[in-house]
Amino acid sequence: MMAITDSLPIPLTRAQVEDFLYAEAELLDSWKLDEWLQLLTDDAEYLVPSNDCPQGSHRTTLFTIADNAERIRQRVIRVMDPNCHAEFPKSRTRRFISNVRIVEQQDRELVVTANFICYRFRRHERVREYVGQYRYVLRRADLGLLIRERRVLLDAHELGSLGSVSFIL
Amino acid sequence: MAGEVQYIIDDQERKVFMLNREVHVSEEILRQEMQRVFGKCWIYVGHGSEVRNPGDFVTRRVAGRPVIFCRDAKGVVRCHFNTCRHRGATVCTERQGNARRFFCVYHGWSYGNDGSLARVPGDDAYSECFQKSELGLKHPARFEAYRDLWFMCLDPDVEPLVDYLGAATDYIDLVFDQSPSGTIEVIAGTQEYDVEANWKLMVENSVDDYHLPTTHSTWLNFMRNSGVVIEPPKEAGLILPTKGYAIDLGNGHFTTDNVNFRGRPVAHWIPLYGEAAKPEIDEIRGELVRRLGEARATRVADTNRNLVIFPNLVINDGSSVTIRTFSPEGPGRMHVTAWAAGPVEETESARARRLDAFLTFYGPGGFATPDDVEVLEQVQQGLANWQDDPWSEMSRGMGKAKDEPQLNSDEHHLRTFWRHWNQLMVGK
Repeated sequence: MMAITDSLPIPLTRAQVEDFLYAEAELLDSWKLDEWLQLLTDDAEYLVPSNDCPQGSHRTTLFTIADNAERIRQRVIRVMDPNCHAEFPKSRTRRFISNVRIVEQQDRELVVTANFICYRFRRHERVREYVGQYRYVLRRADLGLLIRERRVLLDAHELGSLGSVSFIL
Repeated sequence: MAGEVQYIIDDQERKVFMLNREVHVSEEILRQEMQRVFGKCWIYVGHGSEVRNPGDFVTRRVAGRPVIFCRDAKGVVRCHFNTCRHRGATVCTERQGNARRFFCVYHGWSYGNDGSLARVPGDDAYSECFQKSELGLKHPARFEAYRDLWFMCLDPDVEPLVDYLGAATDYIDLVFDQSPSGTIEVIAGTQEYDVEANWKLMVENSVDDYHLPTTHSTWLNFMRNSGVVIEPPKEAGLILPTKGYAIDLGNGHFTTDNVNFRGRPVAHWIPLYGEAAKPEIDEIRGELVRRLGEARATRVADTNRNLVIFPNLVINDGSSVTIRTFSPEGPGRMHVTAWAAGPVEETESARARRLDAFLTFYGPGGFATPDDVEVLEQVQQGLANWQDDPWSEMSRGMGKAKDEPQLNSDEHHLRTFWRHWNQLMVGK
């Protein structure tokens, strides 16, 4: 799926990182979560801080989501199960990613931020608009980029009418 | 209208309990609830640990009313209505912070953190009758605490908080016994989310163990996948792998009291915590036994309890400790606020384990709560047919003999809530 293969250039360009983020968004919006898991490192983390403590640590602060790699795999098993009622039928989501910036780039890892809007639609419900910033730690691997950390900072002061984060945000 | 419509059918002869579904959809009933329930009962405001130092404040809405929950310069915990005495604007817009003064940005009236009116720009324009001493921020009629859990009541004639809580204090104490010093703190990070359902459906859901195998089958699978042994119940009539009871605590309060199978940070190890956590869990357990004795330690560490303080406070001591309150925002919508809480003495690693355990089940990103939210919203959607299908069935367990215990998966505790609610609403 990725344009970036075997030999990753150093440094990576913003366009190359954007291609990676767009491809990931496509997998998430189309619920191809097993393929999405292939983009994660073995020590990956998926973090959604509480709206009132966006800068906190999940070891000392209550988060909305603070998954390690195993918990992410369990989350995918759960959300793909038809008995995950919050996501059955599945939400339709569409995310828009912009303002992509490489804020730090080292030989092995790079830190990338991107703004996002994720629209979520469910039948009989009004549209929910999740707006915020993604903060990635991406790792160079043999076959391309992998996600070491995926942190989602929501701009809303509280989840409020956004309700649950029962899909991969 | 109250008195004309019957909200509950409580048929002791036929052992049938039915609830009129109009209670979940009616604007008029909600208006009456705001007076007869939220206007008369003790309503949870916050925990003292949220305002640890003099000047600390948080702003929130309690029973629909914007309040400032704070500790004044002298260290007294207070609850002010967040409304300027002059023309009514809020005097504090920040979510939390530390302030010596609360300031109205409209005309500049300012108040001390004890609520007293400190300064009025151009106060020489007023007559002698203008008394600043009478124009401090208003506050609820009563404001009291049990174990630093602060409640307000709008009715000056209400019984003292500790009497109101009654037997529920035993169950609050069980949670606080997790701490060597008996001191629990609210942990930073607030989960606030709306549910498009009537607030009373959250009361029911918070203690209803009948729903667990169906609503939360994916959570049970996750626990199994994580190495937790979940066996089918051995006894007839049980829904969960272990036994649990539903207990009426009086005054509309009630709790479940369940033998644990799902692990507890204090102090029942499960494989989900990882092998490395075993020694520390053993240590925590050892401290409990030394301090409380074997029997009490077992109560604290090996039972889960979902406690409802009437009308809208839930303290779940399950996979982790959560304090959760919810307020109506119209008959078909509620706003939920939930916190994690833990012993002040907890080590960094134990605190991290507590927070991780919290997220295995609770909260808008947890492995169970989103499905609770979903089913409550499905109930509310289904209730649109309330005029044609007006009664909900809540008789489970009602046929048991008086001395036979009511199980957590029965609906005894739900009926307890509804009887008390009905008493307040229609006086019988």
